Amino acid sequence: MSRSLNDASGRRVRPGRLGWFDSHARLLYGLFGIVGFLVFWEFGSRAGIVSEYFFSRPTAIIEAGIVEVQIPRFWVDVQASLTEFIAGYGLAIVLAIPLGLLAGWYRRVQYALDPWLNFLNSLPRIALLPVIVIAVGLGLASKILVAFLGAFFAIIIPTIQGVRTVDRRYLDVATSFGASRRRVFLTVVAPSTVPFIVTGLRLGIARALIGVVTGELYAATVGLGVMIKFASDALQTDRLLFGVLLFTLTGLVGVEGIRRLEKYFQRWRPIKAGANP
Amino acid sequence: MTGTRTALQARGVRFGYVDPTSSEVLLAIERIDLEIPEGQFVSLVGPSGCGKSTFLKIVNGLLSNHEGEIELLAPKAKGSAHAMVFQDAALFPWYSVLSNVSYGLMCQGMSKKEAQARAMPLIKMVGLAGFESKYPYQLSGGMQQRANLARALTVDPEILLMDEPFAALDAQTRELMQAELLRIWAQARKTVLFITHQIDEAIYLSDRVLVMSARPGRILADIPVDLPRPRELHIKRTPEFVALADRIWELIATQLHAHGQPGA
Repeated sequence: MSRSLNDASGRRVRPGRLGWFDSHARLLYGLFGIVGFLVFWEFGSRAGIVSEYFFSRPTAIIEAGIVEVQIPRFWVDVQASLTEFIAGYGLAIVLAIPLGLLAGWYRRVQYALDPWLNFLNSLPRIALLPVIVIAVGLGLASKILVAFLGAFFAIIIPTIQGVRTVDRRYLDVATSFGASRRRVFLTVVAPSTVPFIVTGLRLGIARALIGVVTGELYAATVGLGVMIKFASDALQTDRLLFGVLLFTLTGLVGVEGIRRLEKYFQRWRPIKAGANP
Repeated sequence: MTGTRTALQARGVRFGYVDPTSSEVLLAIERIDLEIPEGQFVSLVGPSGCGKSTFLKIVNGLLSNHEGEIELLAPKAKGSAHAMVFQDAALFPWYSVLSNVSYGLMCQGMSKKEAQARAMPLIKMVGLAGFESKYPYQLSGGMQQRANLARALTVDPEILLMDEPFAALDAQTRELMQAELLRIWAQARKTVLFITHQIDEAIYLSDRVLVMSARPGRILADIPVDLPRPRELHIKRTPEFVALADRIWELIATQLHAHGQPGA
């Protein structure tokens, strides 16, 4: 018997081919959405439906990018922004994870930290920028501090929550085998907090980037934020959007890195049904 | 194989929970007195909420502040006084079968290598050979409970406490696991205190069935099960078995009616 099928219009369709489209539906529709948007933007702009003055167009942004990367100053900007991002985000990770684990584990540490966490987390931290600039100056340090403040709270809050919501059953198992508190912490609390920490790390990337951009837009002499500001002053929307694109790419790369980290740490979890690679 | 030593002795055990909102004391266990000789398999049955799991937690040391006394045999040099097989596997999902089974030994300060070497024969004994490196999510419910049992057995406990270990399994797997448990028990020669609300499970497995009252719990009856061992599953259809089941069911049914839960 033939394995081919007839579709509604009576045409013969090979099942294998149908399967490929089905299994890649997510990717294909996603691509279609993005490509469609870019095409609309490009031709809309050329046809005058979309204002090129305000929104530029994709090919113009790419051209501006090609020009930009040949300027040595650009690479100095990239280096400054990356340094600020990595230092601020890295510092946040190094401090927020251990502190969060401690605060979740020791009630007294949490009692001591809680008022500060609530206060500083409710405070729009960007509002501190003027003070930070006065105190730390226009250099990289002020931007590192702003990025750090953004990411720190994004990471510490879910980490504390993760420790506090550890499944009672697992704690009972460990206790019933006579595990020391140290062992309970290392073998039960830490692994079950991983998903929470990962959520914090993911949120933290965006917060740190916001810190870098705002810091540079507000007060800096070097960095991609400065480049964006100059481009904006000169009404060069293509160059401006190229800068925005770079920040977006940094965020995407970071999120992808976190995803891989998560996959490694969570290999004991079942792969969720329906999730396409 | 019942010995002369007493594995567990409980005298006048009484326990109440403090309700956090009203700070009133809710009495969970009115009074439990019992004695389990070494090597015996004893089941504790009773209506839901009668305090049977609470009693097990007290014996296991997870709950303190109880009144009365609990006496257990002192553990052997490299063993534990007690080990618990928890309801729903409660295996650590982030550890492989091997790491889970050797967990108890590592808690006692044994090196990872030695603990794993000692865990292997038990993994084999419960029928999980070849699954050492699997994670719990890759196992069926029955296999998870096998691993859970092996984890409790590795620490060589003087008494094995089992808290409705088969409650989450489907009916067929449950029957198979009951038979498996008897096979393993015959090999491991442990004193067992088994909690269940299934009467036929209690009779099939046990030397003695203790029937508890509704909350606050106390022991209503101590019923010896004189069915010959080894027991096959079809023993559940013999008249002796059915008569025992009827007798226990009547005791529990009175409790349910007295507390306004007809047919619960």
